[in-house]
Amino acid sequence: MSARVGVVTFPGSLDDGDAARAVRLAGAEAVRLWHADADLHGVDAVVLPGGFSYGDYLRCGAIARFAPVMQTLADAARGGLPVLGICNGFQILCEAHLLPGALTRNQHLHFRNRDQMLRIESTATAFTNGFEPGQEILIPVKNGEGCYVADERTLDELEATGRVVARYLQGNPNGSQRDIAAIANEAGNVVGIMPHPEHAVEALTGPSLDGLGFFTSVLTHLAGTAALPAGANASGVSA
Amino acid sequence: MTTEPATPQPAPPVVVEGPAVDQPPAVEQPAAGGFADVAIDAEPADVDTVERAAGTPEESQPYAELGLQDDEYERIREILGRRPTQAELAMYSIMWSEHCSYKSSKVHLRQFGEKAPKSDRMLAGIGENAGVVRITDELAVTFKVESHNHPSFVEPYQGAATGVGGIVRDILAMGARPVAVMDPLRFGAADHPDTARVFPGVVAGIGGYGNCLGLPNIGGEVVFDPCYQGNPLVNALSIGVLPVSRLQNKAAAGVGNVVILMGAKTGRDGIGGVSVLASATFDEESEQRRPSVQVGDPFIEKLLIESCLEIYDAGLVTGIQDLGGAGLTCALTETAAAAGTGMRVELEKVPLREASMEPHEILASESQERMLLIIEPAKLDAVLAIADKWGVLATAIGVVTEPDPDAKSGRLIITWRGQIVVDAPPGSLADDGPVYARPMREPSDLILLQADRAETLPRPATPGELRQTLLTMIGSPNLCDKSWVTEQYDRYVLGNTVLAQPEDAGVIRIDEESGVGVAISLDGNGRYARLDPYNGAKLALAESYRNVAVAGGTPIAVTNCLNFGSPEDPGVMWQFAEAVRGLADGCQELGIPVTGGNVSFYNQTGSVAIHPTPVVGVLGLVEDVNARVPMGFGSDGDVIMLLGETRTELSGSEWAWVTHQHLGGQPPKVDLAAERALATLMGQAARSGLVSTAHDLSDGGLAQALVESCLRRGFGAQIALPEGLDPFVQLFSESTARAVVAVPRGHEKAFAALCDEQGVPWSALGVVDSASRSLSFRDLFSVSMDELREAHTATLPRLFGAAATDAGAEADDAGAVAAPSPKAAETTTDAEPATGADGEPAEPEPVQSADAPSAPGGTDQDGDARG
Repeated sequence: MSARVGVVTFPGSLDDGDAARAVRLAGAEAVRLWHADADLHGVDAVVLPGGFSYGDYLRCGAIARFAPVMQTLADAARGGLPVLGICNGFQILCEAHLLPGALTRNQHLHFRNRDQMLRIESTATAFTNGFEPGQEILIPVKNGEGCYVADERTLDELEATGRVVARYLQGNPNGSQRDIAAIANEAGNVVGIMPHPEHAVEALTGPSLDGLGFFTSVLTHLAGTAALPAGANASGVSA
Repeated sequence: MTTEPATPQPAPPVVVEGPAVDQPPAVEQPAAGGFADVAIDAEPADVDTVERAAGTPEESQPYAELGLQDDEYERIREILGRRPTQAELAMYSIMWSEHCSYKSSKVHLRQFGEKAPKSDRMLAGIGENAGVVRITDELAVTFKVESHNHPSFVEPYQGAATGVGGIVRDILAMGARPVAVMDPLRFGAADHPDTARVFPGVVAGIGGYGNCLGLPNIGGEVVFDPCYQGNPLVNALSIGVLPVSRLQNKAAAGVGNVVILMGAKTGRDGIGGVSVLASATFDEESEQRRPSVQVGDPFIEKLLIESCLEIYDAGLVTGIQDLGGAGLTCALTETAAAAGTGMRVELEKVPLREASMEPHEILASESQERMLLIIEPAKLDAVLAIADKWGVLATAIGVVTEPDPDAKSGRLIITWRGQIVVDAPPGSLADDGPVYARPMREPSDLILLQADRAETLPRPATPGELRQTLLTMIGSPNLCDKSWVTEQYDRYVLGNTVLAQPEDAGVIRIDEESGVGVAISLDGNGRYARLDPYNGAKLALAESYRNVAVAGGTPIAVTNCLNFGSPEDPGVMWQFAEAVRGLADGCQELGIPVTGGNVSFYNQTGSVAIHPTPVVGVLGLVEDVNARVPMGFGSDGDVIMLLGETRTELSGSEWAWVTHQHLGGQPPKVDLAAERALATLMGQAARSGLVSTAHDLSDGGLAQALVESCLRRGFGAQIALPEGLDPFVQLFSESTARAVVAVPRGHEKAFAALCDEQGVPWSALGVVDSASRSLSFRDLFSVSMDELREAHTATLPRLFGAAATDAGAEADDAGAVAAPSPKAAETTTDAEPATGADGEPAEPEPVQSADAPSAPGGTDQDGDARG
């Protein structure tokens, strides 16, 4: 039986269909989850997709964080459920304090969509174990508020503990501190990424197939063969 | 039977209004007799009722201020048999405005129907919210382009944003899921100070709204010309996909059915926007009209889209209409008129943003993100449940009533707190507006203009001059790279974008299983149309048709947005009539019907009109999107071939404008038979895989096309221009029916044979050669890829700030898109970006490979607009 990966739809989610497609192309079953339903329906992993949940009112992700599904999800994530937050999903994870730091307005104040080079800095997460350390990949970036910020100590800690998952190469598209494009929690099961791997899963529609690695990695992780650091994977697969 | 309280219920933003919908509205309540129960506590009831109007026939009314002529006002009195109430007067003035009634254009637009070639693909055509074209047995596509010119000049961000919102609702109203948008944009001179206000605001507004809706922006145009200085053209197109069985219509059929208003609350924004803003020429008072521009909220629109689609899929809708220009007035009258029914509406049930709004304001409001639904009473609860699920307000405001026994249509009766304020035949508002055959006269300066030919202008002669001309041209505002604009748009969302700008056409996959898709392009050329509006319209059609064809699409349908000056100017009216005639004739010759469109008049300041600017959109069928043809060279050794015939055609060209600021002569010859042959050839070549890339030749000619094909993926080329014709003419003439293709080595003979078979002239130009890292013309000149890129990409960042295109990423042209080179990044992981003295992180340092010479990274630093 293939793994079941949930994709949450909030009001204003836009890339939910794309995330579900990426899950399917990776070989898993995509399970659509609804923001108002606290039940995770037994999924093995969850993707929080890109978009403008609740119209970005108040602050990106600030309202979505309080959705019923997020209460359940936060507990499950702390228990080891793999969760990938893409763009708005990354913002929601930060608002939910599942990841440190925050995403602020792009320094140049414009929305920016371009094909972006990244370097995978950590393969010790549930979503990057299929990449080579230092591998360079090309996936689209598109955001208006993607500038990652955190205090120096947090940044140092992220670096020291290998939790910077990906960095921008050949130009930082939004002014993120230390060129950070993606980070993980301590256990490596929760990953937030600002660019969009789900838009690089088909040769016909994406700049590359590099995005698929995030979705296949989690299947490897779920199969129990992922090489996560000792102690970081206490409960790799949720019940 | 109870009556609703006078003051609208303050409802939380995302809750369905309970009391208003628990039961069908109290419609059969007689107006008289209801008075006593109504709690009129908010304000004194000095509403202008029908009863009062009947009793005060002599009361003077501000019809002229509302844009109505004397005879139009008299006709309203005739229709009603009394003077109109204030609310009725507002409704007639809006519905009979140029914007809604097409009163000046109607007599000409008929040709689109009369000359339309037979097509069994048309499921809905002119007169519907948008044309619908069958693609497969199961799937149809709807598409339409509209203008939002005037609001975008007054308030660029909101004007452009609500332009996107409006066209998307048109598409939604047909039963389709909107899947993409495109924006043809025209502004004043690129270096004019006001362009720096309008242009960035428009781009940000389109991005801000479209991105938040989750619709990829896949193409369009950006044109700068002084003629658009006070009158920018902001047109917006949307495409939607629907199962054939889900096609909706707007008819308010079924007596007893409930009229539902769904979406945003109604506010004072946009009041008078239609009758005043869209029908009057700009003058010094424009500033005071700012509040009449609508303000959009794309989040509400996104919820509206999802809830409408769910309602369609559940089969719950009888009729549906979007609220756009003329708001509730237009939606109520058009839905009732389409069905030949009457309607009874209790206006106080409309959820308001401001409780003090008066009936005529509610009826005229152009608040965005609203739809009108006609629902059977038995399905009401299901509709409200879906609206509730998505957090969208849905309110029953009225009911469909019987037609008059002695008339074809019913009466539209609108009450306000129990009193009748409107009692009119809906058809008189929606369909029976005035129609004018306005006087027309060829502009007196046209003969002299046409005699002043660009073919006689001094031309560059030496290789050095040619080289410099090429660099000047590719960096000119109309020909330069438009990433500054397009990087502000999401082109990836929904995951079906196969080709997007700067490709010739946008290509969208509409069925993931079969790979069937559509290609679409929008084109116009105001200079050509100024020189010859009849052929100018045909040229716009030809270019759009060609763009679709070279991308691998088979053209099947046409939409248009006709942007002109004042119809009251006989010269403008002549231009309009000629352009419509040209477009209708062209469509007939090409065998593709016009499915709908939009007219925008009064694009002029004082007595100076814009160039007549018909913008034409062509939709093409792509049977398998895997066979789409991109424009960028990508394979070394491919043979580059030029298709079509090059003539000495420089009048109206980009070259004449850029290097001589010249506009005169006759535009390039239109040859629709040649366009058809080229399209047939390209279709065959795409299906058989005989070409790896194709790029249409238009503005800027062959030089521009070659540069774009080289820069797209960073592949250079070696070219040897054929002997015989002046190299300058070969490079910069804008002859039509031409394209540049790259043919995989070994396929040249087969492809040439195909060209001969279709009667398309061809010549071999050279080969794709990435190793040369240059575009070279044998015996003439050569330009390195870096210099080309610098010249092509620096212009908009220099004019409007480097912010949106901090370079660097493009330093390695081959690597940026196609194949990331491993050496490209040699940053150290512990490196920290430079931090400015003020504590803010400085402009991120682009990481470049050490060997990237003179990378455009330098261009962004001098013009940094972040302040």
